[in-house]
Amino acid sequence: MKRQQPAQIKGLKKWLDPVYSAWTSIATHKLRSSLTILGIVIGIAAVIALMSIGRGAQAQILSRIQGLGADLLGIRPGMTMAGGIRGGFGSASTLTLEDAEAIKEQVPYIAALAPTFSSYQQLVAGNQNMNAQVIGTAPEYMFLYNLEIADGDFFTDYDYQRGSRVAVLGANVKQTLFGDEPPVGQQMRIGGNIVRVVGVLKAKGAVWASPDDAVIIPLTAMQQMVTQPRTSRGERVVTSIALKVTDQNQIEFVTQQITDLLRSRHRLAPGADNDFNITSVQSTVEALKEATGTMTLFLSAVAAISLLVGGIGVMNIMLVSVLERTREIGILKALGARERDIWGQFLTESAFLTLTGGIIGVVVGCGVSVLLSRFKVMTTLLSADIIVLAVVVSLGVGLFFGFYPAWNASRLDPIEALRYE
Amino acid sequence: MIKLQQITKTYTLGKRELQVLKGIDLSVEQGELVAIMGPSGSGKTTLLNIIGCLDRPTSGSYHLDGKEVSSLSSAELAAIRAKKVGFVFQTFNLLPRLSALANVELGLKYAGIDDRDLAVEALRRVGLADRANHRPTELSGGEQQRVAIARALVKRPPVILADEPTGNLDSKSGEEILSLLTELHQEQGITLVMITHDPDVARRCQRIIRLKDGLVVSEERT
Ligand SMILES: Nc1ncnc2c1ncn2[C@@H]1O[C@H](COP(=O)(O)OP(=O)(O)OP(=O)(O)O)[C@@H](O)[C@H]1O
Ligand SMILES: [Mg+2]
Repeated sequence: MKRQQPAQIKGLKKWLDPVYSAWTSIATHKLRSSLTILGIVIGIAAVIALMSIGRGAQAQILSRIQGLGADLLGIRPGMTMAGGIRGGFGSASTLTLEDAEAIKEQVPYIAALAPTFSSYQQLVAGNQNMNAQVIGTAPEYMFLYNLEIADGDFFTDYDYQRGSRVAVLGANVKQTLFGDEPPVGQQMRIGGNIVRVVGVLKAKGAVWASPDDAVIIPLTAMQQMVTQPRTSRGERVVTSIALKVTDQNQIEFVTQQITDLLRSRHRLAPGADNDFNITSVQSTVEALKEATGTMTLFLSAVAAISLLVGGIGVMNIMLVSVLERTREIGILKALGARERDIWGQFLTESAFLTLTGGIIGVVVGCGVSVLLSRFKVMTTLLSADIIVLAVVVSLGVGLFFGFYPAWNASRLDPIEALRYE
Repeated sequence: MIKLQQITKTYTLGKRELQVLKGIDLSVEQGELVAIMGPSGSGKTTLLNIIGCLDRPTSGSYHLDGKEVSSLSSAELAAIRAKKVGFVFQTFNLLPRLSALANVELGLKYAGIDDRDLAVEALRRVGLADRANHRPTELSGGEQQRVAIARALVKRPPVILADEPTGNLDSKSGEEILSLLTELHQEQGITLVMITHDPDVARRCQRIIRLKDGLVVSEERT
């Protein structure tokens, strides 16, 4: 008499049946269910939008820095301790030109090295003037930072040897001082000194270590223009030393060699802190990754709070729903429903609510993220893992916050439930 | 089919203990039609709930279909309710948001039977084939009780328990429901235990059991 159904259809029905009955009870209270779902939509959309903003910022910063190359090392003076107040990196005068020469001579695997001494100076060309950073360095500087020339040339080794008064302008400096005039061959003043412009750099637009707003001149010329401080041992202080290694794999070795050399040159006692600081692009990338990762985490935490509020809303509604349907639960139990049938039904219902909210939230969140980057408000980066995570989390929220109400429902005494008005 | 020995039931309300059933001995044969009567508060519903495995007795032994059930776990009791017992309540107890057919199908769901045709057939048997898609609110009291009866009998349980099934109905539809129940009893050989306050209803059963203050005070064959 009974019709035989294929096994797959039976299996499918077993899954769809609870979903369908969850749907019918949710559909009974359309407004209430929609508002509950809205809470989850907002939470999930916030998670997606904020995470994509965090990831976007991270990707943007990293791509700019990594353009510098992983084989670059920078050495800066260490922190000063003045009356117990830390001065921050770069504020001490412990790194010298003599250090740079010693490193160049004694440390292996160095492809190029450039000491720099920089200071802010008044620049004047024609009737234009501005204040900008003047970097005194060696010709290798161009190679170290992958600088490109838009016009003219970088200064040469010969200029460096002789201390020629020549200057290479950053793109923004050129624009301010010369406008659209070709500056190469023109004269300008740095402080009280006349220099000749030999080249202009291409704009880099980078946020970090950007030469766009600087003027680069030979360090030897710089020494004639501004008084370079000297250490107690009479060595000439520099602001930083940049160098490139011949083999990326030797970065750690080179770092160690430089550390040993500088410690002995600076006569640091064993156990004393370094009075200099060596950073590689790699370590900067790591640090920034950590910083932007923290930012992303913070943004996610903000979003998670709104999701938590949504989840509490779901729990609230499910508790109300269990109370309202006490009699229904009693009836189902009288018909032979086991505790786990009841439990499963209510859990399916709350998971249905949050999963629906999650899927709508993914669409809304992706939409917001795409619009933000389309209208150039912010760089955002969407990836599949965020979306999968959001969907899984929304399901998890339903299961987590539905657990207690469902458990409550399943534990009701059938007789008392049937008597409930 | 049903065999109760010295069944007691005590409710604890705070510190006070209330003994509702004080030692019931009762046997019902397979296929019998039994009425339970008694004043309000005498323990009729409590007894029926124990017979239907909705509740556990405080003491005593209860064999249903040859199996001792007085100390089973709640999951085991649920399985027995799902397969062996059909309930008909005074207040119908249909799910308001489901259609008549869906309500009847619920009777199959927990018995593990997946066959909509059986539900359609049960609705036809109680004369409501054309109302399958109506919600309970769109049905009269008598019709709702028919749906409830269809839901109870659709899984073909050996026992049907009815607690004042005509209590909320006017005399005409009460009469119809009663006729339906007695017909089903004859047709399908179901064991039917029914609580009633109405002596006319009781007279149509094979045996009348009278309760008072938690004890069986008389049994009479009609
Ligand atoms: N869950 C409970 N907790 C406490 N007392 C209860 C409980 N259920 C029933 N009682 C009490 O047990 C007694 C018997 O109740 P029961 O419902 O079995 O009576 P009844 O014979 O069905 O009465 P009626 O004809 O009014 O339906 C009543 O005094 C009632 O107050
Ligand atoms: Mg009663």
